[in-house]
Amino acid sequence: MKQFAVAGKVMTLLFTAAFLVACSSSDTKDQEAAAAAEAAAAAAAAEAQRAAAAEQAEGQMRLQEAAAAVGNVFYFEFDSSTLTAEAQRALDAHIALLQGTEKTVRLEGHTDERGTRDYNMALGERRANSVRDYMVVNGVASYRIETVSYGEEQPVAYGSGETNWVQNRRVELK
Amino acid sequence: MNRFSQVIAGFALLLAMSAAHAQLTIEITQGVDNPTPIAVVPFAWQGAGTAPEDIAGVVNSDLSRSGQFSPVDRRDMLGFPSVQKDIFYRDWRALNTEYILIGRVSIAGQMRIEYELYDVTRQTQVFSAVEEGSPNEARMLAHRVSDRVYEQLTGIPGAFATRLLYVSVTRNPTGKDYYRLTLADSDGARPIVLLESREPVMSPSWSPDGNQIAYVSFETSRPAVYRQDLRTGAREQLTNFRGLNSSPAWSPDGNSMAMVLSKGGNPDIYIMNLATKRLTQITRHYAIDTEPAWMPDGQSLLFTSDRGGRPQIYRYNLRTGNTDRVTFEGNYNARARVAQDGRNVVLVTQRSGQFHIAILDLVTERTQVLTSTALDESPSIAPNGSMVLYATKYGDRGILAAVSVDGGVKFRLPARDGDVREPAWSPYMRR
Repeated sequence: MKQFAVAGKVMTLLFTAAFLVACSSSDTKDQEAAAAAEAAAAAAAAEAQRAAAAEQAEGQMRLQEAAAAVGNVFYFEFDSSTLTAEAQRALDAHIALLQGTEKTVRLEGHTDERGTRDYNMALGERRANSVRDYMVVNGVASYRIETVSYGEEQPVAYGSGETNWVQNRRVELK
Repeated sequence: MNRFSQVIAGFALLLAMSAAHAQLTIEITQGVDNPTPIAVVPFAWQGAGTAPEDIAGVVNSDLSRSGQFSPVDRRDMLGFPSVQKDIFYRDWRALNTEYILIGRVSIAGQMRIEYELYDVTRQTQVFSAVEEGSPNEARMLAHRVSDRVYEQLTGIPGAFATRLLYVSVTRNPTGKDYYRLTLADSDGARPIVLLESREPVMSPSWSPDGNQIAYVSFETSRPAVYRQDLRTGAREQLTNFRGLNSSPAWSPDGNSMAMVLSKGGNPDIYIMNLATKRLTQITRHYAIDTEPAWMPDGQSLLFTSDRGGRPQIYRYNLRTGNTDRVTFEGNYNARARVAQDGRNVVLVTQRSGQFHIAILDLVTERTQVLTSTALDESPSIAPNGSMVLYATKYGDRGILAAVSVDGGVKFRLPARDGDVREPAWSPYMRR
């Protein structure tokens, strides 16, 4: 057994020597080829990076478009701070967009004109807080979110009646 | 016109315009069934030139606005007596008036108003009095005349020589609205804009001596409580906490202020010591606790809370720490204000979907709804407990209106333009 092992080692050495001789005979050609391959690889990597960046930018743009499509205003029922399913879906788009950035947001809570002003201030805060809480449980760090309530002080629609009120019971994401 | 006078003229115009913005007028919509007829005769001016102010005119409109009196039209008067010997009672009886008020006005440094009230039927003097003060305060002196006459004839001190704070908003369809905090006489005259902002201004309230005010302003893009001295103009920001900073309410001794903060995660009532700025937390509940109002004895606070599911008025006893529910009628009772007698409480109540002003008698526990319009809010009771000023909507606009505590007298105070809201009736002004 030992003899075979020694013979094997010798064979390996011989092979290696022959390969080295062959290589040294076409040295310059191979260097060029290697450089070309390296350049190609670098170019491919750069291309891949560009493509990835482009894809990411495109992805971010898609997220931006998605967020823009759902708007930045979320509506509520009378005297309620519960997020509607529609508001949750809309918020999901904003959360996806925020997860790719370090941006901070401001949530402004509003109510309609019914009821007293200071109670509505508290209700507007509750609405802003329920949007904040939903964003936090879905991965947006709470320090990135500022909430402010305006109560009934800043209506979008000035008139009375449900058609106006429904527009005013809202949280605006800014 | 030189450049300087152009600037002055422009500035004067600006001032006049800003005054006109906030100026209120008065439309009496309902008076008592049998108002007392009274003739307020133009007071004799005993100085040079023309009188700086129509004192009797101010008194006349004060008494008329109270709903308790029906003043005789000046154009129906056969003469303008200013001393007793010139009164021909027969002429005044013919006008069916029960009382006649006459007076004389002079200025020697100070303005001096001497006046007397006569009973036309008995042909006797009811009382005579003198008011003295700065000529700049002529209207306030006139309101003091009204106060005395009102008290003599109704038994209740008048509240004409008082002032109002209110918030007015000019809508700006292309951008942010303009918010103004205005100080005016109790009849809406002499408005002064104390604060103008593109961000909301809210919850004006008075110190018990009438020398200072507190309010909430969003001028830093977040709400904060401010106080301002009306004599010096000095202004101080009292709070800057995360979340709500709202509903400032001065304690009856003037040393502390109740307010609503949500820095602990949800709205609770706190009391700030105004000297040390130290805060004491009063309520600790996950529900909304807001709109604190002091009982006149300073021993307890009324506040609004939805801890029972819907907003109702509760009372917190500062000595025992106990909280009791105060309102039980209807599913929305909020923003209480207490009369000086500690008995009558005015509040906002929702009935059949509409928001009205109601008065609750803490002794009989009876509630009476005083108004019939749909969006009434922010009741503020006069220091003599007779009238309630509140905000409502008239057409599409926010206006102020008033109703007597028995519901018998009503008037509106529409502004020329903009929305007016959140009236705060001053205490009796310390003289």
